Amino acid sequence: MSAADGVAVALIVGVTLYAWTGVADFGAGFWDLVAGGRERGERPRALIDSAIGTVWEANHVWLVFCIIVCWTAFGAAFASIMTTLFIPLTLAALGIVLRGSSFVFRKNAARARQRHVAGWAFGLGSLVTPFFLGATVGALLAGRVPEGDAAGDRLTSWWNPTSVLVGLLAVALGAFLAAVYLVVEADHRGERDLHDYFRIRALAAGTVAVLVGIGAVVALRVDERRMYDRVTGRGLALLIVASVALVVTLVLVARRATRGVRVGAALAVGSLVWTWGVSQYPYLLPFDLTIDDGAGAAVTMRWILVWFLIALVTAVPALILLYVLEQRGEIAEDAGETGPVEGLGATAAEPGRQ
Amino acid sequence: MSSEGSAVLMTWVTWWLLASDPAQLVPARSQMAFTLAFHIILVPIGVALPAIMLIANYKGLRRNDAVALTLARRWSHAAAVTFAVGAVTGTVLSFEMGLLWPGLTGKYGDVFGLPFQIEAIAFMLEAILIAIYIYGWKRLRPWTHFWLGFPIPFVAIAGAFAIISANSWMNQPAGFTLGSDGRPTDIDPWGAIFNAALPYELPHFLLAAYMAAGFTVASIYVVGWLRGRRDRYHRLGILIPFTVAAIATPIQMIVGDTTARQVYHDQPVKFAAMEVVTESGSDQPEVFFGRYDSDDNTVSGGISIPGLNSILAGFSRDTEVQGLDSVDRGDRPSNVTLVHWAFDIMVGIGTLLLGLVAWFAIAYWRRRDIPKSRLFLWAAASAGVLTYIAIECGWIVTEVGRQPWIVYNTERTTDAVTTSGNIWVSFTVIAVVYVAIGIGTIRVLRAMSRRWHRQEADDASVPYGPPAALDSELAAVGEDSP
Repeated sequence: MSAADGVAVALIVGVTLYAWTGVADFGAGFWDLVAGGRERGERPRALIDSAIGTVWEANHVWLVFCIIVCWTAFGAAFASIMTTLFIPLTLAALGIVLRGSSFVFRKNAARARQRHVAGWAFGLGSLVTPFFLGATVGALLAGRVPEGDAAGDRLTSWWNPTSVLVGLLAVALGAFLAAVYLVVEADHRGERDLHDYFRIRALAAGTVAVLVGIGAVVALRVDERRMYDRVTGRGLALLIVASVALVVTLVLVARRATRGVRVGAALAVGSLVWTWGVSQYPYLLPFDLTIDDGAGAAVTMRWILVWFLIALVTAVPALILLYVLEQRGEIAEDAGETGPVEGLGATAAEPGRQ
Repeated sequence: MSSEGSAVLMTWVTWWLLASDPAQLVPARSQMAFTLAFHIILVPIGVALPAIMLIANYKGLRRNDAVALTLARRWSHAAAVTFAVGAVTGTVLSFEMGLLWPGLTGKYGDVFGLPFQIEAIAFMLEAILIAIYIYGWKRLRPWTHFWLGFPIPFVAIAGAFAIISANSWMNQPAGFTLGSDGRPTDIDPWGAIFNAALPYELPHFLLAAYMAAGFTVASIYVVGWLRGRRDRYHRLGILIPFTVAAIATPIQMIVGDTTARQVYHDQPVKFAAMEVVTESGSDQPEVFFGRYDSDDNTVSGGISIPGLNSILAGFSRDTEVQGLDSVDRGDRPSNVTLVHWAFDIMVGIGTLLLGLVAWFAIAYWRRRDIPKSRLFLWAAASAGVLTYIAIECGWIVTEVGRQPWIVYNTERTTDAVTTSGNIWVSFTVIAVVYVAIGIGTIRVLRAMSRRWHRQEADDASVPYGPPAALDSELAAVGEDSP
């Protein structure tokens, strides 16, 4: 295995971490969007708010990491992706801005109406970004991004059944992950009704994800048979792991279990990401550019791996510290300073005001 | 519609739909400039405000000073809002490196990309530590809380180091040789990171960040002071950040002067644009403002001081300064007047701020207090905005002054720009969204400030760990009052 292969593995690890964290955040935004009117959606939104609160948009760092590693290690592939998929990637970036900023605005805005507008922007951004990031993955899977400056079709490269279905799959998986995380979160706080609320949503999102996932595989078979053969060939074991994990998680959630459901959901999503990675190997741009052909200087590859390890050994303990402090209740919302009344949730304060 | 009109319209529509190089150059530069200009406003707050907030925190703990602790706590919340917005606008920039400049990242990615990875790690750590710090006010033990926040300024400096390293590489590319096929070979990522421009660009930027954060935070309390709120809260709110900025300002003048002289050596054409030197030679005058005519390479208007430019560049009127005539017109910056004005405004503001700092220093040394003069207070109230104007100007100098090169003397911006997409459209959408989040950020910060105002009296007495119930009650009282 060359250093370039190692960097490709690091990239997939980065995508996996982003799927577990960032995509789940989008899912939470999705549930926020569909939580209903101000009164009805009050408590679910409050739970979502406090669950995301502590790390805000820091999860995007894994996406930034993937983008940066991609251009540092595989410049030619990066330039091809960014030019051919200009439209979906611009929209994904816009979604991130819209979502990230409106989330803090909603937390801190003085008036209910401002919070309401910010809430819409937050929800829409949460929908747009995973869809277009998923469509980008779909475009790669379908082999529609050839090497070269805008060499692929700027529209049909991502606006085709495979890409659209993978985009929808990303939205559904995010919603599924978020709902499962929130089930456990609600349980921790002893909020039984919210536990049920998100339990039903986890089941719905998981089922939708299964259906959309099957649809995506069928579309891929029609669209790019070579990739379909790889997904159902060398990727089959991982695909089975993903399916089993997903089904087991759904069963556990249906039976009101909380132990192990987060791990199950994460395993399902992670296995799907790795199915993509394994199926596509050794291509950066199927079936046009391989990892070895597209890799930059070997010395840069080795340094990327070194910095990736440094990222893991510094960020992971810091994250553990954050997590431990949070679980021990040593850190909490500084409500007296930030704004909305603690315990009522951001959109819920000032109920009487329009 | 006349046939001529429809022909023009068709040409326009065709251009709009199939915009390609070089038509993409102007919108791509506009979008990059706009998103960077926006992001740059948030950067000094993210880099320098944590240090100022920790100074207040330390002072509060050491002297058992509730007012200082309240300030630290509030600054941390303001920092959180700007940090979150900066995080997403920064994410957009990482997209744009590929969306707008695939010719740069596609070709030189493995040469200069590594520092961005360092920045990603620094950013991650800063995000986690800020989260712990902000959410730790209530329940962590005071000194534990302080020490968990202590690394934040250093992590922020590491992040700034990485980004400035990449930018200085574009000014002084190093760590590779161009092969016969025009692609970089013999790549040495560390040679690229520690390039010749880093030693002056980095301190120049860090000092600017500390000045901007210090003057801006202080100016908020100066406005309160001018409105008659002359309490200890406002006094400390002025003194802590203003002192930080006051220490940075004189050092910045020396560093800035050195930087200009280094640019004279490293990028003579950029220097010629900064000082509108039209023809090479010795005994160059220093021209303040004026207008550069790119057609016949002359300057009109402005105030000229004979020989001063040569003296500033090499300490003697005999110093040879390379002029814009030394290169073809196509190799001169696209807008020399803009670069020159930006440079003059930056230096002018720096000089004004140095005067302001001297005034403050003398007054404080004599009376241990903020100067009473209203002129001083008005100037101090505008110092934050002025520093930001200077930062934007400095950034225009370094970026527009480097044109037509995206990588100095190595790759032209026209060769790096994308041929895909319709950038006028994406630029328009991004501009609308950014204006909205700009307004949103300001409104949120103002709402926070108003809320603090209402809480003032009760709040100062409970800096650390008030019981949750009390805090909620306070907030509730604040929310309900009109």
